[in-house]
Amino acid sequence: MNKLADLQVGESLQDVTLTPVSRLDLIKYAGASGDYNPIHTIDEEAKKAGLPGIIAHGMWTMGNLAKLFTPYYEETFIQDYNIRFKGMVRLNDVITLNAILDKSDNKKMDFKVNATNQDGQEVIKGNVLLCKI
Amino acid sequence: MLTHCIGKRSSVVKNTVERGAVKKFAESIGDMHPIFVCEETGKQSRYKNNIAPPTFPRVFDYGTIEELNLPNKGLIHGEQTYHYERPLIVGEEIRCYSEVTNYYERKGKSGEMGFLLLKRYGEDLEGNLIFTEEQVVIITEAVRKGMFV
Repeated sequence: MNKLADLQVGESLQDVTLTPVSRLDLIKYAGASGDYNPIHTIDEEAKKAGLPGIIAHGMWTMGNLAKLFTPYYEETFIQDYNIRFKGMVRLNDVITLNAILDKSDNKKMDFKVNATNQDGQEVIKGNVLLCKI
Repeated sequence: MLTHCIGKRSSVVKNTVERGAVKKFAESIGDMHPIFVCEETGKQSRYKNNIAPPTFPRVFDYGTIEELNLPNKGLIHGEQTYHYERPLIVGEEIRCYSEVTNYYERKGKSGEMGFLLLKRYGEDLEGNLIFTEEQVVIITEAVRKGMFV
């Protein structure tokens, strides 16, 4: 793990690629979050809703993306985390999590963040503002 | 159609940042970092305890806004925002409530869409703000029609 303080504007945190999205991932997230909307776990319900198949909870992807910042809990905490949901995440998609430092001063670090799928399409995008402690 | 809900609030519900729930949540997002799940790491940290992942407030109960009757299917989650004054500490009690902050309609590709802005609050027992969560929920024309049949 590099020291966060050494990161320059325009540089990225080490990206993370998740294992292909599985049904069990989404069942676990449904249970842990309490979001039992069946379009995330049951094929027939997803199809009834006009979807090609079950899709990940947007919040599952947003939750995953935050882990890029977890290692820095002694130096910073996430003050603001804004996400726009751009595209569906389907079963077997391979999601990569990215964060690039956009602005920085002695109190805050503002990152542009996104998650992309195996085709390079953005599925969520936004920003994370870290408050230095 | 939901404009009468703007400004309406739920009552306050007390929630606990439960250790087991934090562990289960951390596992579900693939982030079993010791600061979330290892008691010893928590004790050694600046917080003297474990903390919860930033999207953990998803699990809390924010009460019911009486006037707001949303279908449980067909809603699209458009945007999500968290703001924190400090991280959530495992074991602490939180006062939670929710509010409709705005509603408007706009013509889109698939007809007239409704945009509902919900804001959720988490405070300590003295009423000091710990976090807010804002959500943009998109209600498609098909779903809106279904709501009034």
